[in-house]
Amino acid sequence: MTDSSISPRGSSPAQPTSPPAPGPDLPPPHAGGVEGTLEAGLQLKVRSQWSYARMRFFRHRLALIGLFGLIVIFGAGIFANYIAPGGFSAINLGNFQYLAHPSAKHIFGTDELGRDEFNRVIWGIRTSMEVGVFVAVVSSFIGMFVGAVAGFYGGWIDNLLMRITDLVLTLPALAILLTASALLGQGSQWRISAILVAFFWTGIARVVRGVYLSLREKEYVEAAKASGGGDMRLMFRHILPNTLGPIIVNGTLAVGTAILVEAALSFLSLGIKPPTPSLGGLINDGQANPQDWWLTVFPGITIVLIVLCVNFVGDGLRDALDPQQRRMRA
Amino acid sequence: MSAEAAAIHQRADLGEEILRVESLVKHFPIRAGIFKHTVGHIHAVDGVDLTVKAGETLGLVGESGCGKTTLSRTLIKLTEPTEGKIVFNGRDITGLSRRQMREVRSEMQIVFQDPYASLNPRMTVRDIVSEPLRIHGRHSGAQGRSRVDELLRVVGLSPEHANRFPHEFSGGQRQRIGVARALALNPQLIILDEPVSALDVSIRAQVVNLLESLQRDFGLTYIFVAHDLSVVRHVSDRVAVMYLGKVVEIGTKHDIYDRPSHPYTQALLSAVPIEEPGQRGKRERIVLEGDVPSPANPPSGCRFRTRCWKAQAICAEQEPELVDRGTGHPTACHFAEVVKPLDIGAPKPAPTA
Amino acid sequence: MPDPVLSIRDLVVEFKTEDGIVHAVDGVSYDLFPGETLGIVGESGSGKSVSTLALLGLIPQPPGRIVSGTAEFKGRDLLKLKKKELRRVRGNEVAMVFQDPMTSLNPVLTVGNQLGESIKTHYPDEKGDVIKQRVIDLLKLVGVPNAETRYAQYPHEFSGGMRQRAMIAMSITNSPALLIADEPTTALDVTIQAQVLEVLKRVQAETHAATILITHDLGIVAEMCDRVLVMYAGHIVESGDVETIFRSPRHPYTIGLMDSLPKLTEDEEWLRPITGSPPSLIDLPPGCPFHPRCFLAREKCRESNPPLEPVGGSAHLSACHFSDELIGHKSKFSQEAVA
Repeated sequence: MTDSSISPRGSSPAQPTSPPAPGPDLPPPHAGGVEGTLEAGLQLKVRSQWSYARMRFFRHRLALIGLFGLIVIFGAGIFANYIAPGGFSAINLGNFQYLAHPSAKHIFGTDELGRDEFNRVIWGIRTSMEVGVFVAVVSSFIGMFVGAVAGFYGGWIDNLLMRITDLVLTLPALAILLTASALLGQGSQWRISAILVAFFWTGIARVVRGVYLSLREKEYVEAAKASGGGDMRLMFRHILPNTLGPIIVNGTLAVGTAILVEAALSFLSLGIKPPTPSLGGLINDGQANPQDWWLTVFPGITIVLIVLCVNFVGDGLRDALDPQQRRMRA
Repeated sequence: MSAEAAAIHQRADLGEEILRVESLVKHFPIRAGIFKHTVGHIHAVDGVDLTVKAGETLGLVGESGCGKTTLSRTLIKLTEPTEGKIVFNGRDITGLSRRQMREVRSEMQIVFQDPYASLNPRMTVRDIVSEPLRIHGRHSGAQGRSRVDELLRVVGLSPEHANRFPHEFSGGQRQRIGVARALALNPQLIILDEPVSALDVSIRAQVVNLLESLQRDFGLTYIFVAHDLSVVRHVSDRVAVMYLGKVVEIGTKHDIYDRPSHPYTQALLSAVPIEEPGQRGKRERIVLEGDVPSPANPPSGCRFRTRCWKAQAICAEQEPELVDRGTGHPTACHFAEVVKPLDIGAPKPAPTA
Repeated sequence: MPDPVLSIRDLVVEFKTEDGIVHAVDGVSYDLFPGETLGIVGESGSGKSVSTLALLGLIPQPPGRIVSGTAEFKGRDLLKLKKKELRRVRGNEVAMVFQDPMTSLNPVLTVGNQLGESIKTHYPDEKGDVIKQRVIDLLKLVGVPNAETRYAQYPHEFSGGMRQRAMIAMSITNSPALLIADEPTTALDVTIQAQVLEVLKRVQAETHAATILITHDLGIVAEMCDRVLVMYAGHIVESGDVETIFRSPRHPYTIGLMDSLPKLTEDEEWLRPITGSPPSLIDLPPGCPFHPRCFLAREKCRESNPPLEPVGGSAHLSACHFSDELIGHKSKFSQEAVA
């Protein structure tokens, strides 16, 4: 690299010199200088951020229980075809038993048409699962995009988007949901999901916007700008990966909330209507025969379990992805 | 040595100007109220004239609120100037759009202060260092990889480290990564914004030596922004002292350190604790009264007058210009007088606190 | 030789983290004598802050843990005191000034209120106006202009330098016997730093408190301290009075540190850095913690940790197997400046 034939600067000596050996006139025992930095500094084991997060998650006992619960419950929903063949409305014409108590043959009992309650619940889980995941994923995407644009650009764009967000937030959610579901829902799972998405995106948007506001002044973003990077690169290559933590946490918790809200709507006969299976609808159906407790209790417990497991997992994720840092002074 | 570096060296011998700034102003609006209307301005940079010669290091010193950080960002148009003119390599870049600036950006780069915030924690070292190349379409396949390896080696790291993440490195090593990134596009000018302030004292010397040898090998021009006066003395050829958005004194390092003529520079030098216990009590200390005025409301006339022991009526009425007042280098004070705060036993420069 | 105000023996402090156990302080012993200013110098990871925070029970336990050691202060072991007793000592006989004046003051209480509280906590029977007067006197002592008006102001109305002065005032409200200042000026501009250091000097002259000044800035040590401890990786590697240490240091780390600093008053061509990086406190190298970066390092250094021993003069201690080879070495700062 050095070329002694060209003088570096007008005022410096003609011969370029090298940084001196360390220590007061004593020979270094090993190659000092710059290379010495290599090994001494890299003593930490190679661990990515994700593996730290994974470690923290697995230490969270409740989260693990929740995860296990979700795997079981959602697994049942996914494999409904195998576990509960015949579907939601299947009537066992062969072996009729109206309003039977839970027994070995019908572990959750039967309803007034002789349908196996366990079957119905399993299919109800599948619908809840689909609604929950759909709403969480789609609203996260929308919220992420809106939040990114608002947080990154600020100014009037931010103002506009945030006022829209505020508007949605201030609307009386329950009243609007009820009305929208009644008028537009038509009992369809996907329409109801769409309506829910229209409300849920705002939460994620706020969170993402907050992260963008704080990160857009970060020096690594400025560095990319200084290299000539355009807005798209800054927004999506640089800041977005750092927002994944809050998005994942919020999205997970949204699954539970969406399931709960859908169940409430279906319970009120304003949400998902038969023949599409729904846990809320099951509870509604069961209301007619209150003494046959298994018709309301089992769907109800299932909803509670799902939401609880989702919340445990969400808590664990929040801990794993966003732990409180302890400051240690040297 | 590369052809570019050779060319720079030649220009350095001719004393060519690489960057010139005229009456540069950067104001930040202060917004308040529901409608966020502007109620005032922060005069971060308030009329700065500077030239930087190819191959030299210009030191920029001052305390908080002086505007040196804002100035460094504005020079490379990371922030748009409010007024004034920036001429880089003979080309007026003041009004260039972001797209037009892109090309220019490959010639002027920046190294940041905070080794922890200046590297994206979710990108590998290779991604970080190669990004400038990718933005400019210069990173293709094997050639791109070997360029990144070469850059890492030049800053004293090993190509083996390219696949690791920033958090696995120490502060000094992260700064080296930042330097490698700045070198990627072969720039002519690098702005160094407090590059060693956040590092441990024993590591600072390593990074300073690295920066100096890179300058020599690649014919770089540096603007070195810092508040540590000792480091600035060591690396700079010329030094500009800033106070509340303006340059109050500028000259070679010997002018500033050995023959300062502006009271603020003298106070600054006098305030630095010196590592010589034998000199304790022997040095006449200038201890300034009061605090720095708010940059939203700078004092009329000379901005330093509210803390200056020489202040007279004229200082409030007339802002002193940055010109040579017989001391051999420009200084902005009506009563400029060479005093040497770094000499022990010098005549008492001012009433102390 | 008067009795020491503070006697620390074999202090060991650890922190439990995800990556392992951090040995923050690894066997620190020293004495502090009345009226003197002791500087503790070190970089991040040296243990300089942790070793003093431990004295006042300010290390969160968990994840921290005071493994062993004693800290005798006025006949009591601070490390063994119960919380209640420790609270009586804090702010009263032992006071602390922290680095960041922005966060050390409560933004919702007036400055006068907070300083007054410090008095009231330890002297609950004092009358309100007596306390107020004392606070105003203290604010005047530390050079806060218009102390009467400032008394009723909130921290955000104070500038950084003034806040630090208020912090110093708060620390001496009850005339402590021991004052600990942890990097009190690191966050301040150099001209403000000069002001605050002047205040500290004035305060010491008034109260005759023994002071521990923690810093990484050797210049501050030279200006303010009588004796100095140099710390590295949780150990004291050299200690002695300031003149001796600056004139003829006898530990390779101290020498390396001084050599690596650029001089304000002279030109140099290249700086002389210490090679390598600060060690990981989880994975400390065997033997002497400094040996991977040391220009004197030999086999012995890897095998055994050198004890802190006197080297010429009982007051000058160094923890190096080969400190003899450094006899006669003059530091970069030992020349007298030209008049």
